[in-house]
Amino acid sequence: MAFLKRSPWILHYDASSCNGCDIEVLACLTPLYDVERFGIINTGNPKHADILLITGGVNEQNRQVVKNLYEQMPEPRVVVAVGICAASGGIFRECYNIVGGVDRVIPVDIYVPGCAARPEQIIDGVVRALSILEEKRAKMKETAQHSEEAGETA
Amino acid sequence: MTWAWLIGAVLFLILAPLAGGLIAGIDRKITARMQGRVGPPLLQPFYDVGKLFEKERVVVTTAQNFYVLAYLVFIALAGALFFAGGDLLLTIFAFTLAHVFLVLGAYAAHSPYSHIGAERELIQVMAYEPMVILAAVGLYMVANSFYVADIAAVAVPAILYLPGVFLGLAVILTIKLRKSPFDISTSHHAHQEIVKGITTEFSGPTLGTIEIAHWYENIFLLGLVYLFFAWNPVVGVIAVVLTYLVEIFVDNTTARVRWQAALKTGWFAALIGIVNLAILSYMMIGGV
Amino acid sequence: MQTLLFLILFPIIAACLLLFVKRTALRYVVVVISALAIGGATIYLLLRHISAGAVYFAVPSGTVDPLMVVIEMGLALFIIYMGVKFKNYLAIALAAVQAALVVYLETTYSGSLHVVNNLFVDQFSIIMALIIGIIGSLIAVYSVSYMETYHHHHPEVRDRQRTFFFVIFIFLAAMFGLVFSNNLMWVFFFWEITTITSFLLIGYAETEEATKNAFLALVMNLLGGIAFVAALIILAATEPLSGGIDLAGVLSSGDAAVILLPAALIGFAGITKAALMPFSSWLLGAMVAPTPVSALLHSSTMVKAGVYILVRFAPVFAGTLTGFSIGLVGGLTFVLASAIAISQSNAKRVLAYSTIANLGLIAACAGVGTYMLVWAAILLIIFHAIAKALLFLGTGMIEHRIGSRDIEDMEGLIVRMPRMAVMMFIGMAGMFLAPFGMLISKWAAIEAFVQAPFGLIFIAILAYGSAVTVFFWAKWMGKLVAVTREQERVEKGILEEPWAPLYILTGLVVAATLLFPLISSVLIEPYVLAIYGATARMAQANVAIMLLMMALLLLLPISFLLFKRSAKHLPAYMGGRPATEDRRFAGSLGLTREAQTRNYYLNDYFGEAKLFRPGLAVCTALIIISWILAGVAL
Repeated sequence: MAFLKRSPWILHYDASSCNGCDIEVLACLTPLYDVERFGIINTGNPKHADILLITGGVNEQNRQVVKNLYEQMPEPRVVVAVGICAASGGIFRECYNIVGGVDRVIPVDIYVPGCAARPEQIIDGVVRALSILEEKRAKMKETAQHSEEAGETA
Repeated sequence: MTWAWLIGAVLFLILAPLAGGLIAGIDRKITARMQGRVGPPLLQPFYDVGKLFEKERVVVTTAQNFYVLAYLVFIALAGALFFAGGDLLLTIFAFTLAHVFLVLGAYAAHSPYSHIGAERELIQVMAYEPMVILAAVGLYMVANSFYVADIAAVAVPAILYLPGVFLGLAVILTIKLRKSPFDISTSHHAHQEIVKGITTEFSGPTLGTIEIAHWYENIFLLGLVYLFFAWNPVVGVIAVVLTYLVEIFVDNTTARVRWQAALKTGWFAALIGIVNLAILSYMMIGGV
Repeated sequence: MQTLLFLILFPIIAACLLLFVKRTALRYVVVVISALAIGGATIYLLLRHISAGAVYFAVPSGTVDPLMVVIEMGLALFIIYMGVKFKNYLAIALAAVQAALVVYLETTYSGSLHVVNNLFVDQFSIIMALIIGIIGSLIAVYSVSYMETYHHHHPEVRDRQRTFFFVIFIFLAAMFGLVFSNNLMWVFFFWEITTITSFLLIGYAETEEATKNAFLALVMNLLGGIAFVAALIILAATEPLSGGIDLAGVLSSGDAAVILLPAALIGFAGITKAALMPFSSWLLGAMVAPTPVSALLHSSTMVKAGVYILVRFAPVFAGTLTGFSIGLVGGLTFVLASAIAISQSNAKRVLAYSTIANLGLIAACAGVGTYMLVWAAILLIIFHAIAKALLFLGTGMIEHRIGSRDIEDMEGLIVRMPRMAVMMFIGMAGMFLAPFGMLISKWAAIEAFVQAPFGLIFIAILAYGSAVTVFFWAKWMGKLVAVTREQERVEKGILEEPWAPLYILTGLVVAATLLFPLISSVLIEPYVLAIYGATARMAQANVAIMLLMMALLLLLPISFLLFKRSAKHLPAYMGGRPATEDRRFAGSLGLTREAQTRNYYLNDYFGEAKLFRPGLAVCTALIIISWILAGVAL
């Protein structure tokens, strides 16, 4: 049964964003948009999270933090870059302190454009991320099975 | 004790997770409606646990999984003992044993957040333990036996003799169910101050195991509430439902308090219980 | 009877022998052989008298009685000499008063001081003898290399090991004498010996602190001793009614009013010896002594003499307000001492407060004195002796390895000293977790108090007390099991203590729990039945469930093997900050900081100063009330 799709827990991190996209993410959690209908819970703990919602262009201070958070998430996991800054650095792309887009630090699965990204777009992005999650899970199971068989025949 | 005890235990072991998960789902739905939202589907807790078991197995230290397994085993055992009609005090002590295992699992991870969560969990245990023991003693005074089977078969409404005890129990029920304002060690709501407290370093299947153990425990707690109304099963069920609804209401209308307040409240609840029992024993000596 | 005499006299011989043994290796041999002999003799005693009930022995006391008086006078002179030497005038005064009372007793009532059956043995004595003989011997064996290491670490302390072991074995002899004596003068004599041995051993290091604490213990125990002699005077004075100084006579005396005051006074002696409030400070102070002393005298054995005498007199206390007051002293001590233990970070102080608390609980059971409570009290005595001895010896070994007895320094002990950590874990579990012994005993106590008149106040005490004990034991356990990184194993020391006593004690914690239905039915129940005509036991079904729980606990660690292979390891969550395995993280301002976690000690709520004062006030009042009530009855 497709449990991951029905229970995606998110970790929301602000990688030097102006907070505009973050406010929109939080708006999704409010009764107006209510993403808990999809089983989405905002957990503050990478070890509990499936989806990393990242905003902001990433600077040198939090570059390692973003990496650490990503590594602390157990598989299967997806990254959703929310807002144009997370996608490519946005208008701050040329700044000396901005790395320029989350995908320069960790692999991103879904890009949600906008400045700030709208809650509807964010929700849409997350929903698309769910199917990617399921794909990753299937692949994970396959590799696990293969290594088990390999371990048995070896 | 006849074969009935075995049936009770087995039914508990099989059905409690299902019932517990369903109740958790209803809880979330009602909470959502109270907040003007739609809320997740009713079976959401099952999806959550299912997903957790599909995640990669990660640990901070291997010992964690051992402690969590012990936690689940003893929670299930304690609950099964309760529904088999066994000794209520022993059940309570078995639950304490289980909780200590969970706490040790958090300590083993040697992480700042899980450490604080573990300390606060212990404070939580210290806060509710006196009242729980007194509840058992109160039920003993009514049924003249510590065995759940005897307490459940009592012909008088225990609640009439134990209103103070029940009130105290309802207060610490909030603590045991990990609901606001006493969810000081971990909760299902956003818990950012100490991340996820005691469950911070548990993930995937381990976290799923803890969740299932919580469901087992919640069913036991509801059973304990039922005992106060056991003289009439219909009234008992209604009382359980009402109590749980009140708990949900309190959860949604209060903010978390400091641990000092939780400890003092828990111990004050026990004091209410003591007063009740003192009055009751005085009446009993007088031959009421 | 030969076994009884052997148990009393053989340790004296061993003691004298050890006075001349200088080398550790030879000392080790002598101690081990003596330990085996003593332990074996107690087991033999058990097997011989297992179904006999109470057996009395007529021992000619013509020479013994005067000899005892002479020795008591000698001890009084010794105390006065020490008091002069260290300028402790209170000790001088008390010793003089006690000696004067003894002389008064001997001269005025010489006619009433002859007892035909001076020695006896019953199931309760056998239980105490087993504790003294097995646990005491194990501790003695452990002490040999412990003391060697101790002097290695403390070169400033004068090496008086020969005296040390002499005193230890004299103490064992005195304890045996105490539990086998039916003659209360003899009990008093052995009681005094234990006071002196405690004084000598606490002051072993000869530092100012040690001497001060030794005198503190001496003074408090002398107070108890004076009360004891006063009780004997009253008993002798009222001999036909009270049964005189024959213990069995007193317990079976029909005249409750006459024996109540002596019982309360002897109970007071028990209170001081067991360090119940307000006399708990001497036990805390005694923690400066080397760990074997703490294990032997101040947790497993000597302080047990205090509660032993209280439990013996439980039938006298039962149903009386006097007994109830004494019980309240115990109960209040239990809850307050347990609470104070939360605020202590020194491991030995935690163990000391736990000991005081549990002795208080035993005293509470004895004071209220119903048959169920006596059953629970004896269970408590057994399980506490075993688990506490293990914990103290373990703490001693840990201290020698890591150089500290602070709980915070024991973090991650499971990595640095895995075997020791597991044994400490089992010892602690034995103190508060189901299905181990102490929990069973507390459970029995709750079920017993519920049926006792006015037992509700004790139920409340037990409810709060148990909650508090979970807190301080569990957080200590947590410190031990934290899996820290990059720590070297320090289990092998330069001079190694023998592991055998620790292994045996750990095994005993588990075995005693598994065998407790047997212990109960063979030893405890017959004793209670003989005195009260009714006895308590644990229901079959509950026994079965507890054995199931124990089985699960023993089997669950096997799951460790299952978990070993599959899981991937992640670092602990440090807020995402770049961090190393040992929790050093990149903090603000570019500084590398280390995350440290300490236990909660909650000093503002459970501090020693805060909680001791109400305990002191209320318990003193209760003791005085108990005397007044008993005196009124008289």
